[in-house]
Amino acid sequence: MLSSILPALGTLAKRGLAGWLIIIGAILVVGITVVTAISPWIVPYNPSEIPSSPNILVPPSAQHLFGTNDLGQDVFSRVLSGGGIMLQVSVISVIVCLAIGVPLGLFASYTGGVVDRVVGLVMDSMYAFPGLVLAIAIAAMIGRGAINMALSIAVVYIPSYFRVIRSQVLSIKEMTYVEAANAVGARKRTILTRYILPNVVPSIVVVATVNFADAILTAAGLTFIGLGVPVTIPDWGQDLTNGKNLLTSGAWWVITFPGIMIILLALGFTLMGEGLSEILNPRLEQ
Amino acid sequence: MTHVHETPATLLNVDGLTVEYWVRQRKIRAVDNVSFSLDKSETLGIVGESGSGKSTLALSMIRLVPYPGRIIRGKVTLEGEELLKLKNEQMRNLRGRRISYVFQDPMTSLNPVRKIGAHFVELIRTHEPKVTEKEALERGRKILENVGIQPERINDYPHQLSGGMRQRVMIALAIALNPRVVIADEPTTALDVIVQAKILDLLNALRDEYGMALILITHDLSIVLERSDRILVMYAGRVVEYAHSTDIYYAPQHPYTKGLLKSIPNVELSEQTLEAIGGSPPDMLRLPKGCAFWPRCYCATERCREEEPPLTQTGTEHFTRCFPEKKEKNK
Amino acid sequence: MTLRTYVIARIVLTIPMILVLLTMVFLLIRVLPGDIVLLHFQHPTEQQVTDMRHQLGLDKPLWAQYFDYLFGLFRGDLGKSMQDNSPIAQQIFSAFPATLELTIFSMVIAVVLGVVLGVQSSKTYNKPQDHAIRIFGIVTYAIPVFFLGMILQLTLGLGLHWFPVGQRFNPLIQLPQGLSIGGFHFSTGLYTIDSLLEGNVFKFVESLRYLFLPSLTLGLVLSGVFVRLTRSNMLETLRLDFVTAARARGLRESKVTYSYALRNAFLPVLTMVGLQFAALLGGAILTESTFSINGLGRYIIDRINLRDYTAIQSAVIVFGIFVSIVSLAVDLLYAYLDPRIRL
Repeated sequence: MLSSILPALGTLAKRGLAGWLIIIGAILVVGITVVTAISPWIVPYNPSEIPSSPNILVPPSAQHLFGTNDLGQDVFSRVLSGGGIMLQVSVISVIVCLAIGVPLGLFASYTGGVVDRVVGLVMDSMYAFPGLVLAIAIAAMIGRGAINMALSIAVVYIPSYFRVIRSQVLSIKEMTYVEAANAVGARKRTILTRYILPNVVPSIVVVATVNFADAILTAAGLTFIGLGVPVTIPDWGQDLTNGKNLLTSGAWWVITFPGIMIILLALGFTLMGEGLSEILNPRLEQ
Repeated sequence: MTHVHETPATLLNVDGLTVEYWVRQRKIRAVDNVSFSLDKSETLGIVGESGSGKSTLALSMIRLVPYPGRIIRGKVTLEGEELLKLKNEQMRNLRGRRISYVFQDPMTSLNPVRKIGAHFVELIRTHEPKVTEKEALERGRKILENVGIQPERINDYPHQLSGGMRQRVMIALAIALNPRVVIADEPTTALDVIVQAKILDLLNALRDEYGMALILITHDLSIVLERSDRILVMYAGRVVEYAHSTDIYYAPQHPYTKGLLKSIPNVELSEQTLEAIGGSPPDMLRLPKGCAFWPRCYCATERCREEEPPLTQTGTEHFTRCFPEKKEKNK
Repeated sequence: MTLRTYVIARIVLTIPMILVLLTMVFLLIRVLPGDIVLLHFQHPTEQQVTDMRHQLGLDKPLWAQYFDYLFGLFRGDLGKSMQDNSPIAQQIFSAFPATLELTIFSMVIAVVLGVVLGVQSSKTYNKPQDHAIRIFGIVTYAIPVFFLGMILQLTLGLGLHWFPVGQRFNPLIQLPQGLSIGGFHFSTGLYTIDSLLEGNVFKFVESLRYLFLPSLTLGLVLSGVFVRLTRSNMLETLRLDFVTAARARGLRESKVTYSYALRNAFLPVLTMVGLQFAALLGGAILTESTFSINGLGRYIIDRINLRDYTAIQSAVIVFGIFVSIVSLAVDLLYAYLDPRIRL
């Protein structure tokens, strides 16, 4: 596997700035994922346990690299293992979006007519609506938890996929080779999967990366409001929420490190999205 | 360059000007070693097809070559001052005041959100800060009249004027501060034929009235044959012929120039076959070895395909970039 | 089409969009799993459940509920709080100005910052300054709003003591009162305007001091979009003929950049303001929470904690209508300013 990764990196690097963006973004994302995955084996302290004789609010030191929080937990350990929820939520929301949004988009825009209009109107209204507000409303209804967060985010994001797919489909639909396939009597499903879908994939990939980044930030936001996961599971968003009350004590380390991690993860996806967008839809910048 | 003469009346002198830019990691010489001179009250016609480098040449004379182009060599001397050596601020001072430029497309050369009057006010007050807005508008009105536009139009927006009128406005702006040299880049290409003639006559009349020198850039040889004193023919960024217009008309030397002449329709003949120049414009990224023109030349020899011919003197103040033995051949 | 036709068409288009929005919110409450009455009370008695259901009209058939809902909204009745049966409209109305003020100032900061940086970026194309600004634009978007808020509170507020870290106004001073002539009293609820109406400069400065950190937070996160938009529009415009023509006349570079290029590149920024408004409102909720501002966002969060679902529903509706109106206003303003449509 390694032998195929290096040449791939080489081709990307040759593409200039865009390639580098993808590489850096991928490093961030993969790096954080790996660290989170192996965290149970590398954490110096147990991140979910509340120590019985706590050293609360200790600044960063040799014993506690990132200091401790108000419960005496080691911030460094919590940082290493705190990405799990966010990664889960973003992955689930992207999967749901792809599963629902892509077929919906393909079908509605290809079919055209009333179906397209109606679905389009609903999607436009949803798209115009403040995403976070809608996510909050849905999450408030269906309750807390990682999966519920993912679902709220997915619902909010489906219109974005829909729009992108729709504009692509509309332009491809008119192309001759689609007409030709139709004339030969190909089934709608075949046309959609064989002809249209492959052309739409690049745009979907770009939207998906933005979806990931947004999901992470929205998940953090939902957690901040109190619609996240139970307090014991280590989560960066949770740490930030707790940290809110600690500001006056000057314990900057409790929020700074988890916050930076969120930024890095979201940034990783954003950079990948930027790079992919450059490569797949090159801008005419001379 | 040896072929450039200099007399006491010489206003502008361009010597070995070369402009390069990089496209997709390849280097293009848009302007290659171009030299010429311009006297007072003289009109120089620069002729070439699109892509021949004539616009780049013109813009580089006032140091407005668009990124990513760069002037890498050469001298431009205006009344003794070397323009390429000036600081940016000093160069900016000269633009519009001592050397000005008329752009090709009148539809896009004026600021769409500002009135005509504002253009004049900005121009005049930038170079003569003591002038009040009222005075500037007054001067603007006078110049508009001079170029054949009703002075009231000074209060209009650009889109309220026709193409021909807008071009006149551009010319008015160009001469407003009595420049020594006016460069007109395809001033009539975007206009219809009748308006074309009027604009060109206007330019020449202004030239006489103000005693300035005019550079007319065009792809249409017929326009400059009658109206200019000397003609510079460009191809693939190089000068291929440089002579007085009468010589160009009666004794063209370069096959390209001959081809251009042959393709000019003669209104007086009822039947004529126009000969086009075969082949297509050169791909600047992949210029052929030897003479850039040989793929389209009807008398290309082995030598033409191998060596690039230098610019040589072939008559009184007549220079051609072609090998002498060929001229003997096709006389 | 003429301006008038466009205005009418655009206003008419807003109606179905709002209708769809209202319907969606209506269905949201009733379709999602979980009975809102049961969710509200933790351990209710049978009587409490029946009473509440009747109170909320949930015992009527669905279509009847829908019409009640629409007519009620039309009359301006936003329902009654499940918590204490008080009219929600009043609660929302008193919380709204804070959010409005925050939103406006944040948008102003975002646009100003974005445009200034975008212009700089375009002028130093492909040089280090350009790259730095572009990176800034990308990174700011990846920062969680509330995290940035907390960092600013820590540094500028608690660290340097330049700005207060919470609330809208100094608790030791009387709030801005607005205009008072004779018996006539008028206030907007926006402290900045009200203090100006009152003619009290000190209160005005105080309200700005309290407003600064929250709007800076929100504005910074949002500015990235404007940086990118301004930059690309400027790059395009700077390449146009009339810009080179202006330079050829010897006009000063600053004049060329602003009078010529920016004037023409600015219009799309306006459209983007309308589009970004929705994102701004989402961020406002988080910002209000971070800075303890009693606006609509805080209201929603409180209501979520109280499980007051009717209030949540109405607040969401208000958000949605607010966004639609702003978007409509921006579109109309754009149509007015664009000479192509105007003439």
